Amino acid sequence: MLVMLTAMAVVTLRHQSRLLFVEYQSLQAARDSLNIEWGKLLLEEGAWSEHRRVETLARDRLRMATPVARRVVIVKEQRGAAP
Amino acid sequence: MSRGVHTGTYHVRYWIVLTLLASGLVVIGARAAYLQVVVSDYLQRQGDARYLRIVTDNAHRGMILDRNGEPLGISTPVESVWVHPATFVNSRDRWPALTKRLGLSENELERSVRRAHGREFMYVKRHVTPDVAKRVMAMGIPGVALQREYRRYYPTGSVSGHVVGFTNIDDHGQEGLELAYDHFLRSTPGKKRVLKDLYGNVVETVESISLPMAGQDLVLSIDRRIQYLAYRELKAAIETYNARAATAIVLDAHTGEVLAMVNQPGFNPNNRANLRSTAFRNRAVTDVFEPGSTLKPFTIAVALESGKYVPDTLINTAPGELQIGARTISDHRDYGWLSVAQVIEKSSNVGAAKIALAMNKNHIWNMFRNVGFGGTTGSRLPGESSGLVNAPSRWVPIDQANVSFGYGISVTALQLARAYGALANDGLMLPVTLLRRDNPVRARKVMSPRTARQIREMLELAVSRTGTGRAAQVLHYRVAGKTGTVHKLVSGNYAEDRYVASFAGMAPASNPRLVMVVTVDEPGEQKHFGGQTAAPVFSRVMAGALRLLNIPPDLPAQPVRWAAPAGSNETT
Repeated sequence: MLVMLTAMAVVTLRHQSRLLFVEYQSLQAARDSLNIEWGKLLLEEGAWSEHRRVETLARDRLRMATPVARRVVIVKEQRGAAP
Repeated sequence: MSRGVHTGTYHVRYWIVLTLLASGLVVIGARAAYLQVVVSDYLQRQGDARYLRIVTDNAHRGMILDRNGEPLGISTPVESVWVHPATFVNSRDRWPALTKRLGLSENELERSVRRAHGREFMYVKRHVTPDVAKRVMAMGIPGVALQREYRRYYPTGSVSGHVVGFTNIDDHGQEGLELAYDHFLRSTPGKKRVLKDLYGNVVETVESISLPMAGQDLVLSIDRRIQYLAYRELKAAIETYNARAATAIVLDAHTGEVLAMVNQPGFNPNNRANLRSTAFRNRAVTDVFEPGSTLKPFTIAVALESGKYVPDTLINTAPGELQIGARTISDHRDYGWLSVAQVIEKSSNVGAAKIALAMNKNHIWNMFRNVGFGGTTGSRLPGESSGLVNAPSRWVPIDQANVSFGYGISVTALQLARAYGALANDGLMLPVTLLRRDNPVRARKVMSPRTARQIREMLELAVSRTGTGRAAQVLHYRVAGKTGTVHKLVSGNYAEDRYVASFAGMAPASNPRLVMVVTVDEPGEQKHFGGQTAAPVFSRVMAGALRLLNIPPDLPAQPVRWAAPAGSNETT
């Protein structure tokens, strides 16, 4: 009788562990695909925000420039920043 | 009459059949017992070996980030296509489709498969994109499977190639910090037991034996923005001056962190095909050079520490030459009487030599060793050189004079930057690091704060209108620094027409925050002085770095007309 019971228990637990393992695997796959996506996005961000590209855009399309010396005005804070 | 005979015959037959059947049963039973009891372990193993497999489960390597968390090296998952050769040969007719999809040559595939005969595993193509991998699997060729692997990408490419280094196809560090901190970044692949079918496809994962462990992230002291700035200016410089190579290092004076480290020529770590081993040497730490005049401040520091000299002490450098034994030390022209401060400002070799000869040579040697020459910096970068400082017991007077202006001693750019860090930090020398430093570390006192300040004032003169390093000026900031130009040592002799030009300096001079060293190796014929080649690079990078780090100007005066070199960089 006990043997029969434990035998059934083994079968049930084995089945459950397989189910859980399948779930674990699918979650892992989901995580991996999110990781892939994230890596791709990071790389994409890296490509878009590449300094050379930003610099070219700023200079050429937006016509930005570092102000020349005589147009720079340095404003001091009231509480006396470092001289 | 035949009845009895018949009966007898049947009786015999009955026993014969029974015996045969019984013996058959016994044989079967014995065989069954033999299989089940005697050789069962062996058979079980053989059975498992045919369908149970342990496969590795790769995890990703840690990311490399800059001090602000911007990625410098990241791993993205890719798939590698592999085959089970024994199964794969049976689907010969499908090969052309596969080779076409993966861009391989069919002949080569055939050769590899033949070579892998008898093995269980053979890579067909490594590191394909998930997209291609999916299409390969959709073809459903028996014996073809995927293995998840990770490929390293370096978003900044050649900008930080030397510092970060790169990994090989198996995700192990090969150069730079990828190699130095490999154990830290490296992932531990997990293992799992799986059931496979006849074609080697995974049917079911039975259990995982060990979980994969991802590598840890490494946060560097590098600031990506300053790194890019230094890269851009250095690249422009070697083109403009037609130089062989160049190096720039930016150091945070208060913490000893390396904010930027750039070498030219560079290489793109993303492109493994074009790697030449000469290009990925990190010259900032592997290559030594004679520092020349950039070393003079430390000679003067010995003089000031000894108490025999003050910045105003006068030295007669006339007639611009000094005879020591058979050798002559000379200046560019006869400066006459110079104060100690002016020796730095005009970069007088005769002045420096006279001061050095009045000093105890052990004191000079001690100072050089204390500020870190002749010893590694602890940056942990592979291939770091410790430079060379000869022992004072072997110095004859000419050596003592030469070393005072940086000949007969060799240093790396990083050592020079670290030593200038001590000048910037009121005589306290900090160990340099390439990792972000969140807690302060112990500094070592190498000279008095007073000496360090006096030398900074002299170095400011050297960058003034009348100094050799005026091209290093930065608008709105006080800059202190020193130029250096040395003849290159070529097989034991100084080459007439080959130079190493350098500039080492700091800003803002009132309370230095950044230290920077620029060296230009073999600039072309036209401009070869440190003040002409290295100083302008210093000025441009420093101007940008001070702005990026929001360091308040310490010279907020009206724009100065004569600051032509500094003014011109505002338009670049």
